[in-house]
Amino acid sequence: MGDFKIRSGQYREKAREYRKVEPLDTTNARSSVSGTNYRTLDITAGISPYVGEFGKRQQAHLIKRTQFGCTPEALNSIAGLTLSQTLASILQADSAPSPPVNDYNGADELGIDPDIPFGETWISAAFNEEFEGARNISLKSWWIRQMLDQPNTIHEKMILFWHSFLPIQVWDVFISKASYQYAEMLRRNALGNFKTMIRELTLDPAMLIYLNGAFNNREAPDENYGRELQELFCIGKGPGSAYTEQDVQSASKILTGWTLNWETLENEAIPTSYFEPWLHETSDKQFSSFYGNRIISGREGEAGAEELDELLEMLFANDESAVHLARRLYTFFVYNSISETTEQNVIIPLAQIIRENDFNILPAIEVLLGSEHFYHEEIIGAQIKNPTDFTFGYWRTLGLPLDTRNSSEAFLSQAGLLWQISQIGMEIGDPPSVAGWPAYYQAPQFDKSWITTDSITNRALQTDSMVFWGFYVSEDRQIQLDILSFLERLDRPDDINLMIEEVSVLLLGITLDQSQVDLIKNILLTGQQNDNYWNTAWNLYMQDKSNIEYQNVLLNRLRPAFQQLLQQGESQLM
Amino acid sequence: MKRRSFLRHASHGIAIPSLLGAMGHHQSSAQSLQKLLNLSNTSDKVLVLIFLEGGNDGLNTVVPLADYDALTKVRPHVILPENSIIPVEGTDFGFHPALSGFSSLYSEQRLQVIQSVGYPQQNLSHFRSTDIWMSASDSTELVTSGWTGRYLEDLHPAYPEAYPNPDNPDPLAVELGHGASLLFQGRAASMSMVLNNVSSFYELVQNEESEAPDTLAGDKLRYVRLIARQSQKYGDSVINAADKITDQRSYPEDNQLAQQLKVVARLIAGELKTPIYMVSLGGFDTHDAQVENSDHTTGEHAELLQTLNDAVMAFMQDLEHLGIDDRVVGMTFSEFGRRIVSNASLGTDHGSSAPLFVFGNGVRGGTLGQTVSISGNETYEDNLAMEHDFRQVYSSVLSQWFETEDAMVNEAMLREFGQLPIFGTPITTAIDKIAERSVTLYPNPVRSQATLEFVGAASQLDINLIALNGKRIAQLYHKAHPGGEFSVTFDVSSLKAGRYIISINANGQKLFKHLVKA
Repeated sequence: MGDFKIRSGQYREKAREYRKVEPLDTTNARSSVSGTNYRTLDITAGISPYVGEFGKRQQAHLIKRTQFGCTPEALNSIAGLTLSQTLASILQADSAPSPPVNDYNGADELGIDPDIPFGETWISAAFNEEFEGARNISLKSWWIRQMLDQPNTIHEKMILFWHSFLPIQVWDVFISKASYQYAEMLRRNALGNFKTMIRELTLDPAMLIYLNGAFNNREAPDENYGRELQELFCIGKGPGSAYTEQDVQSASKILTGWTLNWETLENEAIPTSYFEPWLHETSDKQFSSFYGNRIISGREGEAGAEELDELLEMLFANDESAVHLARRLYTFFVYNSISETTEQNVIIPLAQIIRENDFNILPAIEVLLGSEHFYHEEIIGAQIKNPTDFTFGYWRTLGLPLDTRNSSEAFLSQAGLLWQISQIGMEIGDPPSVAGWPAYYQAPQFDKSWITTDSITNRALQTDSMVFWGFYVSEDRQIQLDILSFLERLDRPDDINLMIEEVSVLLLGITLDQSQVDLIKNILLTGQQNDNYWNTAWNLYMQDKSNIEYQNVLLNRLRPAFQQLLQQGESQLM
Repeated sequence: MKRRSFLRHASHGIAIPSLLGAMGHHQSSAQSLQKLLNLSNTSDKVLVLIFLEGGNDGLNTVVPLADYDALTKVRPHVILPENSIIPVEGTDFGFHPALSGFSSLYSEQRLQVIQSVGYPQQNLSHFRSTDIWMSASDSTELVTSGWTGRYLEDLHPAYPEAYPNPDNPDPLAVELGHGASLLFQGRAASMSMVLNNVSSFYELVQNEESEAPDTLAGDKLRYVRLIARQSQKYGDSVINAADKITDQRSYPEDNQLAQQLKVVARLIAGELKTPIYMVSLGGFDTHDAQVENSDHTTGEHAELLQTLNDAVMAFMQDLEHLGIDDRVVGMTFSEFGRRIVSNASLGTDHGSSAPLFVFGNGVRGGTLGQTVSISGNETYEDNLAMEHDFRQVYSSVLSQWFETEDAMVNEAMLREFGQLPIFGTPITTAIDKIAERSVTLYPNPVRSQATLEFVGAASQLDINLIALNGKRIAQLYHKAHPGGEFSVTFDVSSLKAGRYIISINANGQKLFKHLVKA
């Protein structure tokens, strides 16, 4: 065995050279504002199937919560379908994408990777201290591309859910191919079985680095993963949780011996982990009354590996595990805080469905997203968009263009988008801690933590740029929003009232009040009272789209109108 | 951290968001020495632009009385009763009856009428023509920046990156009532702070919240708005300025324009160093119901002009009360005037040039240009000819009011248009020497003998008596005046009762006096 070993966070200084945005501390947004604690409103509606109107508003709600933004095409694709047909079409796994490649050579001063030619994948490349940074950005850029190119399904949103729930921090792991494998593992299990996911996560090379599992052995136990496995991943800290320090220690002992095949990380290979019997603590492991005073007997040799399955079986047999998963699903997809009524009417029954399906995730998601609770008036629009919902949502809905995959230009714009979302608090691959993003767990702020004076300014800057100027990628490439093409994708761009209504459904979380609608109309009509002026201007354009005068007449009004629209507080909601 | 750029905002600027105050990315370009020198401009003068949205009917605003009969013939559906029109002393036109305040401002030489302002090849689309007025472009070219935007950008080339700063703590422009308009778009950045409406100003100043639904989403919305307000770059300077002023003259409550101007007066008096404001009044697109059939002095247009009149009067009185009346001027503009010939829906359709008002203590007063001439034979397609290019007005504002050097004026105007005498001390001319106020006509109304008297410089005088159909009835005087006191007496006993105009032409400069035959 060689000397090659990397500890979590070892390359943080190096990472700073690559990260263009300091991680935004969304935790200190708290307390600066008083009287803004989250609000719980008791909705008695539970998980019974929703039977009310399933119109555009409800459809758009479902799409926004399960995809990034709501494109006109996504909405059209489910037009006329029943709710259950819609869910069947959305709860689909996407085909596996081809892995990330070297698309960074020569781009953005990242240098020329001596090991991997341009266009070739780096997912089994030998470790290269000088190029792991570029590859990490390549990984994130690739991940972002999946989000932007997502079909009208829940798969990408599920991956983000798992990532926020079971995170690593890519810059702390630093070895890019290990982080790729982690992302691939999330993708593979995203719509699958939670038990399988946790087992794979436990043995995932990136996680073994991230939470020091690779260094947890009988001589020098490291409780990091053994603790988070219970505290964050499988049991949680809900009122029903009562695991003890002894349970953390015992779980950690069971996990001793699982380590990395460091050669596969150092050299050209796919990273692997394995069980090393001589590092394993072979004594019996006693658990507390929370786990029924269970003793998992210690085993010698290769048999020591079997203790892990017994441990996971014990964790999942505990009632709290399904409840914890149900809560995490709820806070990500539905609403941030859970009232006592919601606990009884949604969480408990949802947990039961999870158990009945042996932790296969889809049946519970189908029930939740088809429930009367999910479509309750109070729930629609009650989430603050996270940065991916915000940035990628607008990017997709408004239809900003992207270059051909794996090209330098595509890399530059995807990497640019990475820093764009980072600037507003969500660097994909790197949540602020192992607990994920505070929006999904940190009471009382929850998703309000996305909004600070800094982030809201940058959010507005993003949409203003989108609307007015576009983005600079390189000398040869500037990305412009074509508002006119976006309008052409709508049902009734010629009718100013229907157009505003349709755009609001697609882009905003809740309906604007009449004075706001009037403001937008006022801008679009330059103060005219006659709605037909819009219709005339639009029809002139449609009859001769290449006429620059007709284009400008529309654009000179659409730009400030969209600027206003996207600066309304409602545009931060979904 | 490597300072490599990421997804930069392409063109160098950003419109100034409404909710969030000004902020943005703006790549500094190399600044010429001249531009930097211009930064030292510390004029405290203020321009308030009043946008009359929809196309104001110039012929019913400033009525050419000499052609009243012809006017009655071509626009019977909207013609104002002759006796309702407010005669404007010293001219052959009258104001719409709603503009009584304008009339008194005019007589105080605090309001100037500029006749027939427009541009060549008039575009009759609201949208396009608004863009032309705001961008100061020809009607045949497409310009995506505004004239005040370019002007402010030239003064502040580093905006918005290094702004606000100690020298420029306040917004460069404030617009009320709309989103960021084309008017304030510079070539690279948008120069204005937008207050969506008057209530958003009070929400800001009084730290009030706009209504949000009492729901979970409403709770989030309130939070987002709160933080957005805290992030407003110019929010504090606006609040500070507003806080300094607690005593204003009253403004009519239900007058939307007056309420906007009240905010503007408060900010100016509160020492906000913002040179340009824009407010707006919509509804001038009077295709129908411009007047009430039963009484042409009422109807939509009358209400709008009443709103304009009352708002401006309240504003002027408040400016005086606040002691800032010498450094504020206002100017109206509208995307076009309306057609000469009226339509059967009691309205008028889109037209071309129209009169424009500039008001304030700083204006010279009086009238620039000829009163429009109507023959009575106009057809529906006919439009009023343009006498003044709107960019001559803009150029005059920049040069005479803001004391901007010619090169910069022309840069903001995109080329040179020349100027009109709008601000500053009047240039001495024969007509000015006559000094309007010295002109007396008595008795008036008159039955038989009338006398016209004034004191004026030496000039070639030509004085005529004109009927409302535009026809000359009598030549009263036609020879050189040596200077000094002048007097002429004439007999009108043979004339029918009604209104007549005495036209005094001194060396080509005209002055008018209204005569009423009893």
